[in-house]
Amino acid sequence: MAKPAKLAYQNEGILLPPVIPQIKDWPIAKLLRKNKDFVKLVQAETLTQLHKHAAREGKDLHDLIATTMHREHLRMVEDPWKIDPKDERKFWKEIKHQLVQNEQLENDPAAFSAKSEEMLESIVSVYANEISSTFKPSTYHFAKRVLPFIFSTLLNASAGKTIKSVINHRIGLQEKVHLRGEIDALRTLAAKGTIVLVPTHISNVDSIIVGWSLHALGLPAFIYGAGLNLFNNKILAHFMSRAGAYRVDRRKRNPIYRTTLDAYSTLAIEKNCHSLFFPGGTRSRTGMIEKHLKLGLLGTAVEAQRRNFLDNGSQKKIFVVPVVMSYHFVLEAKSLINQHLKRTGQEQYYIINDEFASYRKFIQFIWKTFGKTSDITLNFGKPMDIFGNFVDEAGVSIGQHGRDIDVKEYFMTRGEIREDVQRDGEYTRMLGERIVDRYHAENHVFSSHIVAFVAFEMLKRRFPDFDLYALLRLSEEDRVLGLKEYLATVDRIMQVLKNLRDRSKVMLSPHLETNTMSIIEHGVKNLGLYHSKRPLTFQNPQTLASEDMNLLYYYRNRLEGYGLENHI
Amino acid sequence: MKTTSDYIAGVIGAGSFGTAIANIMAENGKVLLLARRQEIADQIHTTRTLKGRKMHENIHVTTSHEELASSCGLIFPIVPAAAFRNMLQQLSPYLHPYHILIHGTKGLDVRLPEGKVIHEVETLEKEEVKTMSELIVEETVVRRVGCMAGPNLSFEIFDGQPAATVVASHFDEVIREGSAVLRSRRFRVHANHHLIGIELAGVLKNIMAISAGILEGLGYGHNTRSLLIARGMAEIIHLGKGLGADPKAFLGLAGIGDLVATCSSSHSRNFTVGHRLAKGETLAQIIESMDEVAEGVNTTCIMRALANRYKLPAPITQAVYRVLFEGMDIQRGLRLLMEYPFTEDVEFI
Repeated sequence: MAKPAKLAYQNEGILLPPVIPQIKDWPIAKLLRKNKDFVKLVQAETLTQLHKHAAREGKDLHDLIATTMHREHLRMVEDPWKIDPKDERKFWKEIKHQLVQNEQLENDPAAFSAKSEEMLESIVSVYANEISSTFKPSTYHFAKRVLPFIFSTLLNASAGKTIKSVINHRIGLQEKVHLRGEIDALRTLAAKGTIVLVPTHISNVDSIIVGWSLHALGLPAFIYGAGLNLFNNKILAHFMSRAGAYRVDRRKRNPIYRTTLDAYSTLAIEKNCHSLFFPGGTRSRTGMIEKHLKLGLLGTAVEAQRRNFLDNGSQKKIFVVPVVMSYHFVLEAKSLINQHLKRTGQEQYYIINDEFASYRKFIQFIWKTFGKTSDITLNFGKPMDIFGNFVDEAGVSIGQHGRDIDVKEYFMTRGEIREDVQRDGEYTRMLGERIVDRYHAENHVFSSHIVAFVAFEMLKRRFPDFDLYALLRLSEEDRVLGLKEYLATVDRIMQVLKNLRDRSKVMLSPHLETNTMSIIEHGVKNLGLYHSKRPLTFQNPQTLASEDMNLLYYYRNRLEGYGLENHI
Repeated sequence: MKTTSDYIAGVIGAGSFGTAIANIMAENGKVLLLARRQEIADQIHTTRTLKGRKMHENIHVTTSHEELASSCGLIFPIVPAAAFRNMLQQLSPYLHPYHILIHGTKGLDVRLPEGKVIHEVETLEKEEVKTMSELIVEETVVRRVGCMAGPNLSFEIFDGQPAATVVASHFDEVIREGSAVLRSRRFRVHANHHLIGIELAGVLKNIMAISAGILEGLGYGHNTRSLLIARGMAEIIHLGKGLGADPKAFLGLAGIGDLVATCSSSHSRNFTVGHRLAKGETLAQIIESMDEVAEGVNTTCIMRALANRYKLPAPITQAVYRVLFEGMDIQRGLRLLMEYPFTEDVEFI
C-alpha cells in the first residue's frame, strides 16, 4: 500500500500546520529582533518598580543596594558556579566602594540620592543583560531541522531496532511522546492572545519535551525561563539562548534581581510573547504533583493582564494553560528522592544539578529516557484566564452557569480599573491554587503509578506504627506482597479512580482500559524500568517485592492528593 | 461600581442579624435590603418596623436579586447556611467580577448524597464541607470575598449598644470597603486576614453555645460555664487547625470574644436550644417552635463527622451530638466530659 504523501510541514517534524507561517511574524521574533531596545525597556521598568517598592516599604535605595551587595557577596563566596562571569567580584567590590563613599555624602541629600540612583542603574543593567535572551531565526531553523534527526536516531538506536529502521527513522518523537488534551484550543488561542504555559516539573527532559511538542503542534516559539545551570552545557546554551530562553538564577534572591526578572517576564507577556515556565520552580523532589507553586513569575502574568487593560487600553487576554507530564520512568528519581529525604524538615535550597553538564551524560539521559519506555504523556489542560475561569475557543471567559465574563472587571473598584498590588498578589495566590487543582484533574494516571501506590500503601497499612523512615528501612522479607490481596486492592483502587475520572477529578491513560491483572503486569514491567534496583518486581508468579523502597515511595507519590489511601 | 445607584451596600436576608447590620450601615448611607417575601418588603416600607424592631429610613427593600446586584457593588449575604447555596444560585447570574461579597453567616455548607440527612452521617471528607466564602467562589464569578464575625447579638445592636465586629478577607480592599460602610460611633470594625479562621471561629462557637445553654438550664453557675468556655476554646482551636485555620484567628474578637458573648446570653439562639433541652423539651419540639435557624445543631453534626474522619479531639462536640441525636441523658453526657482525660491546660497553641 502506498504511503500517503507528507505535507510540507511534516518534513520538519511538525504534526500540525504552523499557526503563524512566517517566523518573522512571530511575536518573539518581533520583540527580540531589537533585543537591545527591549533590554533598555526592562531596565527602565525595573527602576520604576524599584522606586515604587521603596516608597511602599518606606526604604531608601541606598539600603536596598547595601542589602543586595551583601547577599551577592555571600552567594559568590558560598555558592560559586562555573558559569558566573569572571568580573562579577570586581563589579560588586566597586559597588561596595561606592556605597562607602556615598555614606560620606549623607549631609547632601541630593548628591546622596543621585549617587544611589547611579549605582542602582548599573546593577539593574548588569542583571537585565544577564537575564535577556535573543531570538535568531537562523538558529531556530537549524535546530528544528537537526534536532528531530538527532532525536530519532537516538530513539531508534536505543529502542534496539534494526540498523535499517535506525536509518529510516521509523520511530519519531511523536511515537514516544503522546500529546493529549486541549490542543485545538491552545492553537486557536495562541493566535488570539498570549499563552502562559505552566507545566509540572518532574525531570530534566521536561523542557526538551515541552519545547519539541510546542514546535510539533505548530506553535510559535515561547520565551522560557531556564535555570542558569542549564547554560553550563554549551550546546544547550547555544540553542536555548537563541531560541527565546532567558536565564533565571535561583541563587539570586535579592529584591533588585527579582524585580528585574519580573519586569522581563511582565513586559514580554505584555508584548504578546507566549511564555513558558515551571511554576514549581525546580523538579519535584518527592515525585508528587506540585502542591505549592512559586508565585513570582505567575504574578507577572497577572500584572501583564492588568497593564494591558489599565495602561495600554488593550483588550488582549492572557491564557494560562497547565500541562501535566506523566512518565513511567524518571532517570533522576533516585537522586531526587534521596535529596528530599535528606532535607526533610529543612528549608529546601535549590541544589545545582549537573546531569546535563557533560555531553556524555546528556546523551545518556535522552537515550535512557526514551529507550524502552513505552509512554510519555503530555496533557495540555483546559485553558483558563488568569482568574482561573475556563475560556472557550474564542478566548471568552466562561463563568458558572455558562455566563460570559468580562475579566477587566476583576481590576475594578467603584467603576474604575485601579492598580492594587495587594489585590494582584491575592489573585496570583488564587491562580496558584487553581493551577494545583487543575494539575490533579488533568493528570494522566499510568499503570506504573497505580502499582507503586498500592504496594507502598499496603506495606504502610501492614506496619501502622511505623513512621516514613521506618517504612523505607523495611527488611527485605517484610517488603513482600501476596498477589491475591494485591490484585484485590488494585481492583478497588481502580474503581475509586474511575469514579474520580467520572467526576473530572483525574484522567486515566488509555492503557488502563483492560483487566486488573493486565494493568498490574503492565505497571510492574514499566515502573522505573532502568533503575538497577527495581521499585517493584515479581519475585515469583504469586508474590511481588520491592528492591528499593525509596524509589517505590517516589513513584507512589504521583498519586498523592486524591485520598486513595483511604481505600487501601 | 458600574452602577449609577447611590446605595452604599446591599444586604441579603431580612432575618434578625441581616436587618441589624442593615440598620448599622444605614447610619452611613442608603442600604438596599433583599427580602424573600413581598409582604416583608411592604411591611418595612409602610411601618418602618419588622417584628417590633425599628428599621432605619435609609433602608430600602427589594425582592429582586437582579435589582440588588445591579444597584450594589458591595453585598452582605446574611442567610442561613442551609439556604446559602440556593441563594447564590439565584444571585449568581447577576453578579460581576467587580462585586465584593462579605457574608455574615455562621454555618457550614455540606453536600450530601440524595436521601441522606446530616445527623446520620458518620464521617465527612474536608472537600465535602465548605465555608460560605468557599461557596461564593465556587458558585459565582466573585473572587473578592470576606466575612464578618464577632460578638454581635442582634438584640443589642438594635438597642444601640456599643459593639465591634471583625471583617476578614485576604484582600485589603475588601476589608477597607467593608469597614467604610459598617463603621460608626457605636460600632467598631477590626481587620483580620485569616479568612477561614475567622469564619470557623463564628461557626464553631455555636456548638459551645448549645453546651452553655444546657449548663445554664441545669442551674449551674459561673465556675462550670468558665470551664466550658476554656475547654470549648481549646476544642475550637483543635478543630479549626484540623481544617487548615491559623490558631491566631481564634484568639481575637471573633474567637474568644464571640464565644464569651454567645455562651452568656439567653438571646443567643443556640444557647436557647441547649437551655430548653436541659429543661426537658425534645430537639424536634425546640426546632419546630423557633422562627430562625440555630446553626449550631447542623454544625455539631458536621464537625462530629469531620472529627471522626480526621481523628480530631472533640469531646464536647461528641457529647452534644449524643445528647441531641442519640437521646443520651444530659447528666451522663456531662459525667463523660468531667471524666475525659484532659492533661495539659494549654496544649493547643
